Parts: sequence; structure tokens; C-alpha cells
Amino acid sequence: MQLTRRQLMKISAAGLTGSSMAALGLGPTKEALAGVRQYKLQRATEVRNTCTYCSVGCGLLIYSQGDGSLNAKPSIMHIEGDPDHPVNRGTLCPKGAGLLDFIHSEGRLRYPEYRKPGSKEWERISWDDAFTRIATLMKEDRDANFIAKNEHGETVNRWVSTGFLAASAASNETGYLTHKIVRSLGMLAFDNQARV
Amino acid sequence: MALQSLDIKARSATTTPAPQARKTAELAKLIDTSKCIGCKACQVACMEWNDLRDSVGNCVGVYDNPADLSAQSWTVMRYAEVEPAPGKLEWLIRKDGCMHCSDPGCLKSCPAPGAIVKYGNGIVDFQQEYCTGCGYCIIGCPFNIPRLSETDGKVYKCSLCSDRIAVGAEPACAKVCPTGAIVFGTKQDMRKHAEGRIVDLQERGFSKAGLYDPPGVGGTHVMYVLHHADRPGLYSGLAKDPTVSPLVGFWKGVAKTVMNTALAAAVLAAFFHYVGQGPNTEQEEEEIA
Repeated sequence: MQLTRRQLMKISAAGLTGSSMAALGLGPTKEALAGVRQYKLQRATEVRNTCTYCSVGCGLLIYSQGDGSLNAKPSIMHIEGDPDHPVNRGTLCPKGAGLLDFIHSEGRLRYPEYRKPGSKEWERISWDDAFTRIATLMKEDRDANFIAKNEHGETVNRWVSTGFLAASAASNETGYLTHKIVRSLGMLAFDNQARV
Repeated sequence: MALQSLDIKARSATTTPAPQARKTAELAKLIDTSKCIGCKACQVACMEWNDLRDSVGNCVGVYDNPADLSAQSWTVMRYAEVEPAPGKLEWLIRKDGCMHCSDPGCLKSCPAPGAIVKYGNGIVDFQQEYCTGCGYCIIGCPFNIPRLSETDGKVYKCSLCSDRIAVGAEPACAKVCPTGAIVFGTKQDMRKHAEGRIVDLQERGFSKAGLYDPPGVGGTHVMYVLHHADRPGLYSGLAKDPTVSPLVGFWKGVAKTVMNTALAAAVLAAFFHYVGQGPNTEQEEEEIA
């Protein structure tokens, strides 16, 4: 196509006029909608839990994707404080508020691991294997070192060669049961991870 | 059907009036700097709720982390070591972020239709879909809050968790705050809450304690209780009397009207000239190259 100089000027002028009119708001404008972001927890599954960190034991609401149906694999998408929990009433500290990334962290320990004496490698074992091994070792040690009576012949039922470290985030009821189990074995060294 | 979940009061670069029939309660967030321990739970909760993760920065020997607001950090704690009186060192901590002004400078400066909206409850929200990334809102903001994203060229800032508020929940930062330094409710209730705090602070020797709700921007929907309300600058440079620059009003008001009138006059003159004088006579043959 060949254009004369005059035709080129006309086309340029028409283009300029058109874009100027659009800039003045005379052209067809897209409808300016405004909408807040959709509430992302609408159909998420909500469960209660206790914060894993310190001994304050704040209540959590954990939200996961999906409604729990057969074919939906839940994945935790949001965590916030539980407003009905008497300890924190919905509030959290910065660590608790960031639990989502803790859960999805690549470095988080997700299953029991065992490193054999002399080995450099950790190997995955089942929970059953872990509990069996712990129970076996505890029994062996208790059978060998349990002190039923002291030098005066008084019954003491002491087991001082093994210690027990419990979770800090347990409920009162779990704490009561843990205490009963540990003390009924005669164990004296007993603490929780909040002080570690 | 209403397309928005909150009532819109004003829209950027839009002259048609928004629906005005419904009257919703004005909401506000009150940040009590005297109760804040600077734990940053609000920062974490904000990032978690809004699905933001800022890049890991560098420690430069101060508690400020991240060092500044960004498209990924909509709220940051600012720590200031100051001596309000000689020999009296104070550590003043302020949660910085959008103030949600009643007279928002960002919205006034924005040339993109609908990119910034003000809701009836006081929230000033950015609609990134319509943002052109021109950055006028950054210049227009009297608090230096909006930040341009380097990845997508859009501007971001605190939304006051408009998605939570729209369904009747509170903002993530206000919910998480373990000391109760951030409280949320109707603006009226927040003012009342602040009154009690101010009396308490005054009894404790902070005679200049007061509420920060600057009238220069028509009041804000994020307010502070300050122990030194007479000197907000102590709190990492909080503006003493913020106002929207008069230039914003000039360019968006008078200058725009003048320009439109001039353009219309030019078009009209051209039309009359054409009718009166007719088109230029041309000699096509000579011009064909």
C-alpha cells in the first residue's frame, strides 16, 4: 500500500484524536469492579490443636484444604489462634503465628529415625519399631538399675538411671497421665522440652 | 447483584457516584505503642494470612526486620531509641503500615479507574488487577506506605484484611497480638478504648499521652495511642500533621478541568473552522512521489 504524505498525516491525526478521546474517558471503558479477595477459609476443614512450641500451650485452629472427602488429600493452608482457648483466646506469638511454614518446612522431622552405634546415617524406622526399641531399652535398664530399698531398708522404688522428657504442649489430662506413668515406674528425672 | 462484598464509598479515577444507600459502621484498628513489646507476631500473621513471604534480608544490627515495607511486607515494626528528655532513654516501637485515611492521598492521585477503592467501613484497598504501576499513589501517600513490586509492577499495601472483615472477622494482626496492643472494632469504640489508655498513661507520668488520628487526612482508620502525642516524630518519623499534597488536588481538579475545557475548545474551533473555511484544497497529482 502506498500512502501520500497527506494520507499519512490524516491517519496519524485520526489515531491521535482517538487515543486522546479515550484518555479523556470518552472511549469504552472496562467496568471498574471492586471486590475484596474471597475469604480463603470458606470450605476449609477446621481442627483444634495445641501449639507445639513452648509450655504456654496456646490453642490453635488449623485449616486444611478440602472438606475431608475421600478423594481430597488435605493439606494445611492456614493456622491461627483459637479464640475459645482459655490460654491465648485467639492470640499467638510470632513463632506460633508462623507455624504454617514450620509444618511445611523441608527440615522438619516427620517420622522416627535411628542411627546405629558407629554409623553416620540416620535410617527411617516405623513408630512400632521405635516404641518397641524404647520400651525394650527402658525395661532392660530398669531391671538392671531399679532401687527398691535404700541402705536403711526403707522402700524407695527409685529408678534414677533413665530420664523422661515429655512434650510441653500437652493438655492437663495428658500431663496427668504422663506424670502417673513416669512416677509409677519410679523415674525421678522428668522434665519437658520447654526448658531445653 | 452487587459485585463487591463491602460497600464502596469512593473509587480512583471514577466520577460516577458509588451506591450510597447503605450505612455501615466505620471500623478502626487501634495500635497502643505503650503496650507493644515489638514481638512481630503481627508481621508474621500478616504474611501468613495474605500469603506473602519476603526474601530473607541482612541483619544490620537493629531489630527492624524486614528493614522496610515492601510488596511482600505490608506491615513492619519500627524501633526507635530516643531521648524525649535528656538522660531518659526510651525505646519506642511502632507498627508501621497503611493508616486507611478518610481522605486517602493514594486514591486521589491514582489515574487507573477502580485500582484504589475506599469502602464504607473506612478500608482503603488496592485492586491490583486495575493497577498500572504508575506509582502516583506512592507519591500521593502522606505516610510513605505503598510499595511497587519489582516482580509484577503493581503496588501493594495493607488491606486491613478486607477479606476477613468482609466476612465479619478481625484483621489478622489485631487477632494475633499477644499483649493486646492492637485492638479492633468500630472507630467509636476504639476512640473510647484509647481514652482509657490515655488516662492510664497520663497517671503514669506521660502527661502528653494522646491519640493519633490526624485531621489533615480526615482522620484515619488505623490510630495510635502515643505516650508522646505532642512529638509523633519520635516514633521513627511518624508525620506530625500529615496532609495530602495540594498538588494532588490541583492536578486532579483544576488542571484537569482546564485541560478538558481547552481540548474541547480546540475540537470545537476546528469544527467551526472546517464548516466556515472548508477543507484545504489539495493537488494530489503533485504529491505522488
